[in-house]
Amino acid sequence: MKPAAFAYHRAHDVADAVGLLAELTGQGRDAKVLAGGQSLLPMMSFRLARPSDLVDLGRLRELPGMADLGPAGSSLRLGAMVTHRRVELAADELGPGFAVLAQAMQYVGHLPIRSRGTVAGSIVHGDATAEWCMLALLLDAVIVAEGPGGRREIPAGEMFYGFYATAVEPDEVVTEVRFTRAAPRAALTEFARRAGDFATVAAAVSLEPGPDAALRGGRVVLGGIAPAPTRIPEAEQVLAGGTPGPELFAECGRTAAEAIDPPSDAQGSADYRRALTKTLVARSLGQAWERGEGR
Amino acid sequence: MSEKQLIVLTVNDAEYELLVEPRWTLLDVLRHEVGLTGTHVGCEHGVCGACTILVDGEPVRACLMYAVQAEGYEIRTVEALGTPEQPNDLQQAFSEHHGLQCGFCTPGFLMLAEGFLAQEPAPTREGIREAMSANLCRCTGYQTIVDAIEETAARRRGEASGPVAEPLDPGKETVG
Amino acid sequence: MSGDGTRSPRFDGRGGRWIGASVRRREDPRLVTGRGRFVDDIHLHGMLHAGFVRATVAHGRITGLDLGATREVEGVVAAYSAEDLQLGDMVALLDRPPEEFTPTTMPILARGKVRFVGEPVALVVAKDPYAVEDGVEAAQVSYDVLDAVVSEETALADGAPSVHEEAPGNVLLDVTSFDTPGVDEAFSVSEHGDGCMIELVTRSGRQNALPLETRGAVASWDDRDDQLLVQTCSQVPHQVRTVLARSLRLPEQAVRVVVPDMGGGFGQKCVVGREEIAVAAAAKLLRRPVKWIEDRSEALSSGFLAREQRYRTRAAFTAEGELTALDADIVCDMGAYSCYPFTVGIEPLMAAAEMPSVYRVPAYRVRARAITSNKAPTAPYRGVSRPQYVLVMERIMDLAGRRLGLDPVEIRRRNVITEFPYRGINNVTYDPGSYLESLELAERTLREEGWYELREKAAAEGRHLGIGYSCFSERTGYGSEAFAKRKMTVVPGFDVSEIRMDLTGSVVVTSGTVNHGQSHETTFAQIVAERLGVDLAKVKLRQGDTERISYGWGTFASRSVTIGGSAVATAATRLGEQLCVIAAHLLDTRPENVGLDGDGGVLQLDDPAKRLSFEEIADVAYLRSHLLPKEAEPTLTATAAFDVPGDGTFSNATHAVVAEADPGTGQVKILRYACVEDCGVVINPKVVDGQARGGIAQGIAGALFEAVTYTENGEPSAASFIDYLVPTATEIPDITVDHLETPCAFTESGAKGAGEGGTIGAPAAVLNAVNDLLWHTGVQLEETPIHPEPVLTALAAGDRQKAGTSA
Repeated sequence: MKPAAFAYHRAHDVADAVGLLAELTGQGRDAKVLAGGQSLLPMMSFRLARPSDLVDLGRLRELPGMADLGPAGSSLRLGAMVTHRRVELAADELGPGFAVLAQAMQYVGHLPIRSRGTVAGSIVHGDATAEWCMLALLLDAVIVAEGPGGRREIPAGEMFYGFYATAVEPDEVVTEVRFTRAAPRAALTEFARRAGDFATVAAAVSLEPGPDAALRGGRVVLGGIAPAPTRIPEAEQVLAGGTPGPELFAECGRTAAEAIDPPSDAQGSADYRRALTKTLVARSLGQAWERGEGR
Repeated sequence: MSEKQLIVLTVNDAEYELLVEPRWTLLDVLRHEVGLTGTHVGCEHGVCGACTILVDGEPVRACLMYAVQAEGYEIRTVEALGTPEQPNDLQQAFSEHHGLQCGFCTPGFLMLAEGFLAQEPAPTREGIREAMSANLCRCTGYQTIVDAIEETAARRRGEASGPVAEPLDPGKETVG
Repeated sequence: MSGDGTRSPRFDGRGGRWIGASVRRREDPRLVTGRGRFVDDIHLHGMLHAGFVRATVAHGRITGLDLGATREVEGVVAAYSAEDLQLGDMVALLDRPPEEFTPTTMPILARGKVRFVGEPVALVVAKDPYAVEDGVEAAQVSYDVLDAVVSEETALADGAPSVHEEAPGNVLLDVTSFDTPGVDEAFSVSEHGDGCMIELVTRSGRQNALPLETRGAVASWDDRDDQLLVQTCSQVPHQVRTVLARSLRLPEQAVRVVVPDMGGGFGQKCVVGREEIAVAAAAKLLRRPVKWIEDRSEALSSGFLAREQRYRTRAAFTAEGELTALDADIVCDMGAYSCYPFTVGIEPLMAAAEMPSVYRVPAYRVRARAITSNKAPTAPYRGVSRPQYVLVMERIMDLAGRRLGLDPVEIRRRNVITEFPYRGINNVTYDPGSYLESLELAERTLREEGWYELREKAAAEGRHLGIGYSCFSERTGYGSEAFAKRKMTVVPGFDVSEIRMDLTGSVVVTSGTVNHGQSHETTFAQIVAERLGVDLAKVKLRQGDTERISYGWGTFASRSVTIGGSAVATAATRLGEQLCVIAAHLLDTRPENVGLDGDGGVLQLDDPAKRLSFEEIADVAYLRSHLLPKEAEPTLTATAAFDVPGDGTFSNATHAVVAEADPGTGQVKILRYACVEDCGVVINPKVVDGQARGGIAQGIAGALFEAVTYTENGEPSAASFIDYLVPTATEIPDITVDHLETPCAFTESGAKGAGEGGTIGAPAAVLNAVNDLLWHTGVQLEETPIHPEPVLTALAAGDRQKAGTSA
């Protein structure tokens, strides 16, 4: 379980990283960006990934804004090198609109993984069960990438294509992730047989109260049921105009379970994933609603 | 094979100049180049935690970092905590509570617990269990590890009596 | 306690200063500070590293093996095939007729054919472990792929491919035992009378013992000693030496095996691995030290596995709940090879011999088979078959109780052995234990804590709580007589100890057992300190070195404290006698008039003011031997051997579990785990608690989490810790351990083994608790590990049923 040989390049700033990537990919080399490395290194140890070159962004954490949370308000900016653990411990800084981010971090691997792994790295990796990918869809994240063509902004809705496939190009470096939609009533729950494992199914939801007893709407994002994290419009429609409470949340769970076509594997059959979806969507909605009630 | 690079690592307050291949993990370099074998190899894919060390005070898997990435950080390994003659309070608590049997996972648990307690000095028992779920132990069933950490946290907060650290004095009777 | 008359009352082994005390472990100072020395910590000058080219197909003929490219890889020093090394095969035999047993051989490197994914095919030696993997990757191996045998069904099917040509049909062992008169009558009575017959098929997953330290070895050839030194993490160093010597065609004198600190074994390291033999051969050829450390991926996919068993069982009961007959058909999937020295009989023969468990069984018949398949081979794993047959017996008790309207504890109470010694239908004599007492204490604990009320209350709230018990005993300290019944050609059993006191009155004592977490350095020292009356700090245990220890069977089968501990105690007693003889002479009195004073000296009994310290006696024994009495030889050393007579000694326990299933996910959570155990005289309570808790954690792992599965092509599912679910601190609950004490009559300290019990009892207790909470659904689960999916499915169906009936 030792990685294949690679050449190592340390980037000193974003321009340096972009330049290195351009040069290396230009030479036809299979260069990869190394941020926290908590997903990449295991794959390299198994030699399932064997990049010719690594461009290490580790030093960028020393640059202004790269490892910081922006002031929270109607939107929230996270520097690319912000770690999961930083967010987990930032519950007070996030404000009610983004509190769900800190709450969700308990599900991201374990403490040592959260201490090294980065928000941007997780999103670019694009695992179907990754909490950050789900949260990006839930809170309308904008992924800011810099490449040879300059800087571009990728909406989360256009980010995740399929199995570990994202819209970020191999010669691009993500510099920040901006969450543009505050959601005080939001929650993420997931199920894994063992603590800290990749989820069998995960559900991230938010609720928007209306002026009266009925909900204006809500969002339902699922992980583990498709090659990429996915919003479930059928389930969201159930929420719009509904009266918040266990019955509505259960109905939303049932609808979500019927709307998906999940895979079967050692973690569970498609039917089991549907059953989990039903449970987790309802539980997440319950938590999200309570959260808004100041609980 | 790739070109070797000269790096400088700061480990347990000492500086080491090392010639390493980029693909060498920090774990392998600490063990075989620096010569600190207290950090153990358990899985090399970041799950078992036997190689947990502190990097700038945070618990980190030494198998999930290349040594070349580790320049400029303060690295601490189990060897920095205490010695057989003068163990620190956490090491002593592990011994008192029978928090180890074969001892292979122990350095990883110690470093994980040190990093965790530095960030969360007043954890609940459940919180300790959740944090310790990062590492695997095959011998103890975890309970006595949690006991040792819980007691150490209380002592450090001044909420439990007893000495903070004393020599391990093998054979000394403990409360049964 | 044993009263052989040679001991003075002050060291009778009980209630003393050291026995029964939770002294702090002597292993700890180095282990908590990172100063232990595990195999991978050893660095020798000029050391090379080794790795293996391993089979990528489960079953196939090797049609080509080209190591040319490997040898070109930068950093690679050598690469060897089976032909290059010409090593002798490993053969583990049973002394049984051909209709019962078919011998097979295990080559060190695969020759001609591979039989499981991960089987070693070639050895690569390089300057560092990274280059080793580059070299392994460059090897070219081609196979003519054969159909794989991956299950009982595919192994026993007509025309099934043969894993071993010498064993067409893939059955390596087929033994029908006991077949006592009355079996069939009992079943026909139970069918036609008002009793009941329980029929049950149970299955258990293939598990990895999973020591956190993987296997490994550092081999070096020493020209000055004319000796091969192999430092390896093995529970059986003398067995490794024997195989090394045979395989490399060396006299045993030219092989030294040393075991440094070992990061767990649990049985996986009590067989001889092929890799350490190959690595030693390379070191001898290259005249350079070679290190091999198994990586986790190899450990998971190619290391020794265990526990994949299927039981088809019938049990007959009278209306009063009395078990009248037991009939079992057992199939153990032993994988590709027979392990050395225990053979493929290890699991089926254990199960067949011990299945009646703690119950009075008047009539018994068992057929036990070992089948071979294209999976990594089986080694003993903590508990060996007992977790499986105890699960069967405990399920039968619960099911019969349900059928007959008897509470689970009540039906056990009516069947459990209460009079000792008890001669079982299985020709085993059970020495005294506390079977009923442990059961009743466990039940009382749950009742007093209110779990029974909580279970009812929870049901009313729509929660699902279940209570489960398992009551069992465990033969510990198999002596050679007990092992001989297995008909192995290699019969483990005895152990030896040598003790030596030096001029400072300090003692070095050896044991043929091998500590790897069991705290021998502490508990054996406690035994010696008690026997000699010296401070614990004066006693040092040496183990795990074939040069220092004349012979030893190692550590497995909960034998260390019973057999090794008894040898150590006897050696200490003999040394004490020597000290007394010399002291009497020096004090000018009769030997009967002196005794150990419990404080590092010998005193004159009729005049206690006259006393000689051990240092003073040692001074004479070494430096002024002209003063010794005629009957004493110079130096202070003694040796002793110990073997357990007859059928050995049985530890016992009852486990009680309260479990809850999440109605939305099917996840089972253990709310309460109570263990009441009896391992005779406890040397160190904390050590025994630790063994129980750790064992239970592994039992819970088997019950709820861990299994290696295979595709129909024989690809193992688990090559990483992502797929092989080792439970963590959030899955294993707090566990209480209560001790009962029924001393063993024939071990020196009265202790029985304590290493395996936890693992044995847990799967049954957990499964019974889960089935208790599922009872209302009409579904009962009989396979481990229990996946949450069928639990959820059953609960959902149960809810629908309830909704349907109430509507």
